[in-house]
Amino acid sequence: MEVERISGLKFHKKQDVAIVGAGMTTWKRRLNETGRELSYLAVKQALEEAGLTLDDIEMVVMGSAPDTFDGLHLKGEYLLDGSGGSDRPYMRVFVGGGTGVFAPIAGYWHVASGLADVCLVVCEEKMSSSYPHPQSAFKYIWDPILDRPLNPNLIWIFALEMRRYMHVHNIKHEDIALVSVKNKANALDHPCAQVAEKITVEDVLNSEPMALPVRRLDVSPPSDGAAALIMVAPHIARQLTDNPVWVTGVGWALDTTWWTNRDLYFPRYVAEAAKMAYRMAHVTDPRKEIDVAEPYDPFDYKELHHMEGLGLAKKGEAPILTREGVTQRDGDLPTCPSGGLLGVGNPIAATMGVKACEIYWQLAYRAGKRQVAKEVTTGVCQAWGDLMQVGTVMVMSNKR
Amino acid sequence: MMAVGKKEIECPPYAEGTPLSDRDIKERKVTYVEDHPDIRYSWSAGQAISKFLNGLKEGRILGVKCNKCGRIMVPPRMFCELCFKPIDGWVELEDTGTVQTFSISYIDPDAKPLPEPIIVAVIAIDGASQNMGIMHILDEVKPEDVYIGMKVKAVWKSEEEREGAITDIKYWKPLEG
Ligand SMILES: [Zn+2]
Repeated sequence: MEVERISGLKFHKKQDVAIVGAGMTTWKRRLNETGRELSYLAVKQALEEAGLTLDDIEMVVMGSAPDTFDGLHLKGEYLLDGSGGSDRPYMRVFVGGGTGVFAPIAGYWHVASGLADVCLVVCEEKMSSSYPHPQSAFKYIWDPILDRPLNPNLIWIFALEMRRYMHVHNIKHEDIALVSVKNKANALDHPCAQVAEKITVEDVLNSEPMALPVRRLDVSPPSDGAAALIMVAPHIARQLTDNPVWVTGVGWALDTTWWTNRDLYFPRYVAEAAKMAYRMAHVTDPRKEIDVAEPYDPFDYKELHHMEGLGLAKKGEAPILTREGVTQRDGDLPTCPSGGLLGVGNPIAATMGVKACEIYWQLAYRAGKRQVAKEVTTGVCQAWGDLMQVGTVMVMSNKR
Repeated sequence: MMAVGKKEIECPPYAEGTPLSDRDIKERKVTYVEDHPDIRYSWSAGQAISKFLNGLKEGRILGVKCNKCGRIMVPPRMFCELCFKPIDGWVELEDTGTVQTFSISYIDPDAKPLPEPIIVAVIAIDGASQNMGIMHILDEVKPEDVYIGMKVKAVWKSEEEREGAITDIKYWKPLEG
């Protein structure tokens, strides 16, 4: 029997899910606060914004990945008290870099299923514990038998993807560098940003080579930080605010771990996840219906790759939209108005702060200086991770 | 009792944090503790990869085939993950292939600069299905001369040096020239 693989509408939710508060810490290369302390700060802010106290929280989802950065095993357990998870149902989820959107998806399960009416989602990462550089921990992501004897650096795989993407669509590095220029400039308006700056395409092209075509300014920095989100049932949302933001669709998918067996020019893992989320959200033409997007941008080409996976651009079209200014904050399809990972920073799981949290803030018209110029109804955020294979997607709307 | 009402605060409300510099840590201006765990692992290569590695020791690249989807796969596996059934047999592939994509790397696994950049590539192996590649190193070619679509050939270690590892292939070099 042949069944369609992604059948999002088989999904029956018990209740709708709203977001009523979010918080995040500053993101820096090296913070003195522990992961627990950072989590606590982000949670306090989310509670304050929602107008809730920890007593109101029924269940907690924590996202943090991987253990190697902190050098702490049982990290979910370690972070429990800072996450406000003591003495209530608490769980940790992680899919590497995809965690920043996967953790809120897990929060969504809690509320949509009716198991909880108020769920707190906390994401934390402290990459500077592995000293001097988390790259040394990254090497354990590779296959120990087939890849690691070649002494790989994690940047390799991104360089290989970027080169393949440039080759298939005949894209110039100049056009990819524009993403880094845009996002780092957007981050100038973000109070938590680590590497906000005005740079030029030339700066990117002349920056230190890491694994060509990837150069220093094509890459986001390692960071410490935390972020939090509060997800509630409709009857709670109504008590708290006149303008909740609704989660209208969620999706997740993984492509094969045999990564050298797939064509690296297109992120199928995002396309499948997006298909699921859009079906649930009744989005049929994402390019027209999505008003603001936070595609995952740890590398500049990745924003383009992911825009195409999300159906926000045709294959090979994302660099053209970027060059034409469509993705600027005042453009027709603002992408990474937060400043993204390239500008605000990349604390792996805590990137929820510039993905799910940012779309919530944009749709709630609470993004301050970062608020996009156009009227917004529907937004999408996405994250990516594991061995470059997982896509996690969440669609949100300020209309129910 | 809940719901004190949503506060109008500017977002993100921003928790300052306490940034440290590299020097703060090196000069021990802040309190921290250090740990250097000493731990080793020995991984079982499993059934499919064991046979693959033993093939490399003999100077052969082995793949597997699935008669249902018709794919010839490398690296080999004991089951076809698409058809979710056991594979139907082993095939010897060529030790030549095509560069699918490549990078010129200036950094080692710890992100430290390499003395000389190296070329890393995904190479689709001849005799396997389309896109069936492995990651490996290219040499005997200048970085500026590598291109996607370039035909390459494995350069093997001598028989005595081979130990049943991916590094039994020293690197790949251009097939012509
Ligand atoms: Zn098959």
